[in-house]
Amino acid sequence: MIFSRETIAKNVFLFCTLASAVTISSILLFMIALGLPLFQESFFLSIWSGPWDPYQGLYGIRPMISGTLWIALPATALSLPLSLGTSFVVTSLGGPGLRRMLGALVRFMTGIPTVIYGFVGIFLLVPLIREGFGGAGMCVLAAVIVLAILISPTMILFFSDSLLAVDPVDVRTAKALGADRVQRLLYVILPKALGGMTSGFILALGRALGDTLISLMLAGNAIRAPRGFLEPARTLTAHIALVNAADFNSLEFRSIFTCGIALYLFTTTAVVAVRFIGRKKSVVQ
Amino acid sequence: MSKKTIQMFIVFFAFCFLASPCFGGALDAFEGQKGTLKIAGGTAHIPVMKEAAKRIMTLNKDIVITVGGGGSGVGIKQVGEGLVDIGNSGRAPKPEEIEPYNLKMFKWAIDGVAVTVNPANPVKSLTKDQLKDIYSEKISNWKALGGADHEITVYTRDEASGTREVFWEKALDKGDISTKALFVPSNGAMKTAVANDPYAIGYVSVGHMDETVAPVTLDGVTPTLETVKNGQYKVSRGLYSNTQGEPKGLAKLFIDYLFTTEGQQIVIDSGFISVK
Repeated sequence: MIFSRETIAKNVFLFCTLASAVTISSILLFMIALGLPLFQESFFLSIWSGPWDPYQGLYGIRPMISGTLWIALPATALSLPLSLGTSFVVTSLGGPGLRRMLGALVRFMTGIPTVIYGFVGIFLLVPLIREGFGGAGMCVLAAVIVLAILISPTMILFFSDSLLAVDPVDVRTAKALGADRVQRLLYVILPKALGGMTSGFILALGRALGDTLISLMLAGNAIRAPRGFLEPARTLTAHIALVNAADFNSLEFRSIFTCGIALYLFTTTAVVAVRFIGRKKSVVQ
Repeated sequence: MSKKTIQMFIVFFAFCFLASPCFGGALDAFEGQKGTLKIAGGTAHIPVMKEAAKRIMTLNKDIVITVGGGGSGVGIKQVGEGLVDIGNSGRAPKPEEIEPYNLKMFKWAIDGVAVTVNPANPVKSLTKDQLKDIYSEKISNWKALGGADHEITVYTRDEASGTREVFWEKALDKGDISTKALFVPSNGAMKTAVANDPYAIGYVSVGHMDETVAPVTLDGVTPTLETVKNGQYKVSRGLYSNTQGEPKGLAKLFIDYLFTTEGQQIVIDSGFISVK
């Protein structure tokens, strides 16, 4: 045999890795190439920092960038403690009945289509916010709440899996030393599971940044950058969905690719940042 | 062959037989034709054009129909210059456009846009100036118009929407739309939004109106299919397809198809008003 099994496997996996890497980088190149007419016709900075008013020839996406951040970051921040608590209960703190029930519920939640969350938001949450806090109801807050619920199963499942993957020998050792359930969780299991939990956090953040339907249905999509949680906002993804209907050769349509680039950079930055923080932490330990 | 299989075959063929009228009839004229038909222009027309093109091309693989956008001006210009076979426009071509190009126009649908509010809102009649003030944020509370003391939620559509175009040109006279206005992605989403928000004002294509939202009488005329058809309600426009000279070949067949019962049904399904 010329190729050993190992070499074949190695090459196949190498090929897969290269294919994914090439795909991802070519997406970025495509977006830049297709967005080029817009970069050439308007002042480069004004695309990123200016307002959106196609009738005046202004194709800035700053309101959408700030809309995305206003919605995705608070949603992730709101979802994090929820998911941490739930995963603690599911993996170690809860009783066996509660654990099974919660676990099944979380897995069930991952299967609910996004549009269902959106509709529940429109018919229940939006009127509640309108009556309770005033304003139009369709606002950043509505999208944040629903989005936090939407992304929490991703986080919970990742958190639980990493918490359960910790070597039981370590846990038993701690138990033998007299550590109670909470101490075992906080000082033994949690530090060891941090790597996997970081992945879950990144994935959820990515989902929050990339979600289209929730913000499109609940955030109001106004073209002004939000200045508070009760104001409407338009995210980059919702903007892409709304402008999609425009004529292909128009500059309006081209701005879709600027949005794509912005989203791409956001996600990349988030991944790199969280990885970097994660690595620093593990070095300290 | 078991009895069950035979039964299934019978049911299957019965279905084919019953379904065949849907595939024949209006499309028969395209039998045996071949060639390319280029269409461009108004964006409001696109759903109807695409659906008609899809049906024709499904029946006859030798026909290629391309549907482009560009807007009404582009449609008229391109058909005049001979770049496309059919140029669509959301307005009747002007005499100075018809003359040099010898355009023939065909109005196959009417698109009316009704201003709507929530059925619970007591304000059901506005003047055009009041409407402009609402959309430009000069009036921001329903109280100023005799309604509840609550902020007005202004809903609008994205810039590519044909409905927005008619509304903006004919109801707002190309006036400002507040940057605070909330955007919804479709006529359906507009109805849901207005039906759920007692302080909302929005606009939908007249073909989409139903009892979940209330029409607003504008300058004394209530938008209904009737008032749009007879021209009393002004926030409307015809959807035109234009050709250079008398339409020939595929262009003629295509336009004829739009005027058949099946073609007009596509018009209605797309939310427009049939001309027949």
